[in-house]
Amino acid sequence: MSKLYTKDTQAIFWNNNKTAIQRMLDYDYTIGRDKPSVAGIVAPTSGNKFEKFFYGPDEIMVPLYKSTPDAVAEQPQADVLLNFASFRTAYDVTMEAIGIEGQFKSIMVTAEGIPERLARTMNQAARDAGVTVIGPATVGAIAPGAFKIANIGGTIENIVNSKLHRAGSCGLVTRSGGLFNEISNIIAINADGIAEGVAIGGDRFVGSVFIDNLLRMESNPDVKYMILLGEVGGTEEYKVIDAVKSGQITKPIIAWCIGTIAKHFSSGVQFGHAGASANADAETAAAKNIAMAEAGIHVPASFNDLPVTIREVYNDLKSKGIIGEIEEPELKIVPKVRKKKEFICTISDDRGEEATYAGFPISSVATPDTGKGIGDVISLLWFKKQYPEWATQFIETVMKTVADHGPAVSGAHNAKVTARAGKSVVEALVTGLLTIGPRFGGAIDGAAKYFKYADDNDLTPAEFLNHMKKVGVPIPGIGHRIKSLKNPDLRVEGLKKFAQEYFPATPLLDYALTVEQLTTSKKENLILNVDGTIGILMVDMWRALGYDEEEIDEFIESGTLNSFFIAGRTIGFIGHILDEKRLAMPMYRHPMDDILYDVPVAEEIK
Amino acid sequence: MAQKAIREYDGKAIFAKHWNEYFDGFHYGFKSVLVTSGDELKEIAKKHGFEWLNQEALVAKPDMLFGKRGKNDLVLFRTTKPGDVTLDEAATWIDEKQSHEVTLLSGEKGHLTHFIVEPFTPHTQDQEYYISATTVGEDDVLYMSAEGGMEVEEGWDEKVNEVHIPINMPDADMEKAVKAHIPADIPDANKTAFASFAIQFFKFYRDMNFAYLEINPIVMLDNGEMAILDLVARLDDTAGFMMADAWGDIEFPTAFGMEDQSKEEKAIAEADSKSGASLKLTILNPQGRIWTMVAGGGASVVYADTIADFAGVEDLANYGEYSGGPTTGETKFYAETIFDLMTRYSDPEGKVLIIGGAIANFTDVAKTFTGIIQAFEIYADKLKAHNTKIYVRRGGPNYEKGLKDIKEAADRLGLYIEVYGPETHVTDIVRMALEK
Repeated sequence: MSKLYTKDTQAIFWNNNKTAIQRMLDYDYTIGRDKPSVAGIVAPTSGNKFEKFFYGPDEIMVPLYKSTPDAVAEQPQADVLLNFASFRTAYDVTMEAIGIEGQFKSIMVTAEGIPERLARTMNQAARDAGVTVIGPATVGAIAPGAFKIANIGGTIENIVNSKLHRAGSCGLVTRSGGLFNEISNIIAINADGIAEGVAIGGDRFVGSVFIDNLLRMESNPDVKYMILLGEVGGTEEYKVIDAVKSGQITKPIIAWCIGTIAKHFSSGVQFGHAGASANADAETAAAKNIAMAEAGIHVPASFNDLPVTIREVYNDLKSKGIIGEIEEPELKIVPKVRKKKEFICTISDDRGEEATYAGFPISSVATPDTGKGIGDVISLLWFKKQYPEWATQFIETVMKTVADHGPAVSGAHNAKVTARAGKSVVEALVTGLLTIGPRFGGAIDGAAKYFKYADDNDLTPAEFLNHMKKVGVPIPGIGHRIKSLKNPDLRVEGLKKFAQEYFPATPLLDYALTVEQLTTSKKENLILNVDGTIGILMVDMWRALGYDEEEIDEFIESGTLNSFFIAGRTIGFIGHILDEKRLAMPMYRHPMDDILYDVPVAEEIK
Repeated sequence: MAQKAIREYDGKAIFAKHWNEYFDGFHYGFKSVLVTSGDELKEIAKKHGFEWLNQEALVAKPDMLFGKRGKNDLVLFRTTKPGDVTLDEAATWIDEKQSHEVTLLSGEKGHLTHFIVEPFTPHTQDQEYYISATTVGEDDVLYMSAEGGMEVEEGWDEKVNEVHIPINMPDADMEKAVKAHIPADIPDANKTAFASFAIQFFKFYRDMNFAYLEINPIVMLDNGEMAILDLVARLDDTAGFMMADAWGDIEFPTAFGMEDQSKEEKAIAEADSKSGASLKLTILNPQGRIWTMVAGGGASVVYADTIADFAGVEDLANYGEYSGGPTTGETKFYAETIFDLMTRYSDPEGKVLIIGGAIANFTDVAKTFTGIIQAFEIYADKLKAHNTKIYVRRGGPNYEKGLKDIKEAADRLGLYIEVYGPETHVTDIVRMALEK
């Protein structure tokens, strides 16, 4: 890996840190990335499925996941984890991510103060797995013009001022995150910006150290020279010195260790980070600066002279032709004022010449010559997919089958009573529709849910019956008032025949029929009824269309199956309501002799 | 800072609390008390469980994070001969030792406040061993020696065996490595027992999240009885959130000789603990000429470096930072504290105030500067009376407004001010201030 990130790099962001994510997306928009750099967000406690962010002037939705494994299952291309968990959980999050074999190339850990022993364990596990860890206790890293982590570089104005929006020729490694911006700025003023930059983090034990990053930059052709900003404490700078002496690093390095002040104070004053405490003479900033200079590294006389040194090295490389001119790219400007959208629509769009259903102009699906039916319209508007003909025809068959079941069923009855009270079509209709629920029409949902459960768990029909007995629920979709195996419901027969002929496979129906054999052996009329058949065949339809079990469960949970009943039965209810209007039927009053009156005098409670 | 020293008493208390869990085959009595006066010692001696204070000969010594107590003549173990110190004598000694300032051989000065008192343990020199563990580089290292006591530091290389234990080394390998490195001059009869103790010591050190743990000497008495005569320990305090029960009630005292924090430093530390932002203040020289109010940890270091380079360290009055997006109110409080401190002593050359900072990642510069301006309003007269020159350098979100506001306010109040943005090198204002 010669480059940490490219313009195609995508990350999973652990923790829904909206400001930081928005800054990444603003950066992405500014530099003209094709895809946002955040592919998904892990937000374990959120009930939402996505979070809205601005992408330039528009908004986009970034999916939310409950866990890192969930996120990578949906976003396998995301090979960077930005771990923004707190110091209490950052270790567990990192270890879990390292455990997902081959997924993450780099993991950035922002938390400060992870217990040292855990940090060491985590860093070792990452090294063993070949994963680059940036941090802990860091603002991250940046590959200008390609990918930027969270808050590094600060505001978008500063990023452009510091030329962090496009690749320059310097590789920058610092410990401090605050000074990272500062050095980037110095480099922008005195040279041509950076090609890649990493703030390795301020804790004593960090995953990737100076040498790891400098060796990668040595092999990155875009990096022509490196700048290292070290700190008092530790011996990591000596590894760099060794690499320079051994010829492992040949590109020029400019370096400075901050914290020269520490030599004036024997103990007690902690200058800088947790990692910054000199335990031996060799670990003092002054000793390291001298040793680096002796190894041929460019070391300024003081931090204040760093800009001069950078300018000298840059100009030298430029005059030798090692560094060329950089063409300044055109920038897309993020608008200063952006308005959040209150509503989201993902199914239809009325902004163009002609309104569309999931991308298809209405005229392209409406007229008979298009060959499209109401099943196609449902597949577009309800599922945002173009279902094949067998599926759209099945949907239509279902709608037609459930359109009406006579005036006596409770929904139709309610609609009729309301219509007779002088209410409008819509009022009477909703009265009927409001009756739809667990007892009226709900068997479709229930049948799909319980039969699927039995099939998913490989229950034999007998085990399934036992299970339902234990749950205390009569099996939805089984049983009819009068119909039996000998006197079959022709609607059911029609649906079964259609499915058996046109569905690629009907595993759940096949299973349901074995259940029916058992139930009808107990009682003649315990047949698979029309609600059950529809629910079960819908599951078979979705399975054959390639939906996974989780998506199908979601359809069942969200009430999608009932929607077919609602849409279909609306046709029948309206028929009944119009019938009442046509007949000009008077107000309905229920006959008193049809009511059992049993009204004792209310007891007094003292 | 992740590694914090704890008292010898607390270190022993952690041992005692977990002894049976870790040190199979060994026994530790944990007869220790921590007191701050002779009276307190005598009070404890009346309590049940502490009868030994009256019954046994005692040893008393300060428990204040510094070592070489023997060489500093701060260990009471004899009146006329070793092992004859009584409770009353120990109490009198403690009261005497804390009645005056003490200067250690290393030069630190201060008052003794905490003492550990334990029974005198008669033993022979050959029962004393040395053991310690710490982290070196990426590995843990266990140090063992057959020679306990204070002589161990002389001739460390010859006398001490080291075992390097990488973080991912399985226990079986660690045990093998420890056994292979048991010092040869430990008597054969004790080798097995010592190896067993050393292995358990390492596991204890590791699981308890010690950063450093040293017993010098550990005394192996008969029948597995162990005496911890002297102990030095540092804990990794970042592990505190998961070790609260295991550590018990632990105190992280300030090092001896470090003058106790001033009222102002304590107030800033308290504000820091209540804030999501970071507020830090150390007063280096209250009469110093150059005062800093720097945003960000890294920047605060380079400003201190640069002031020491250009002016000399004695001119640098303070070190500290405000960062991580402090509120206007927090910044005002921080600024007031600095302004108050810097206007207490006059300097013929006048005072310099460096309001510095790198280019912020997310801190709103205008917002924090509003806090500084509010403090200017209060301290303008005093700052002028001390002939204060103010140099400002900052970048980051909203910095243009911040710089404009602070310049306007200073001009209005008649304060000397120079203001610079990201086009000026971060520490260059130090040079400008000192060249004047």
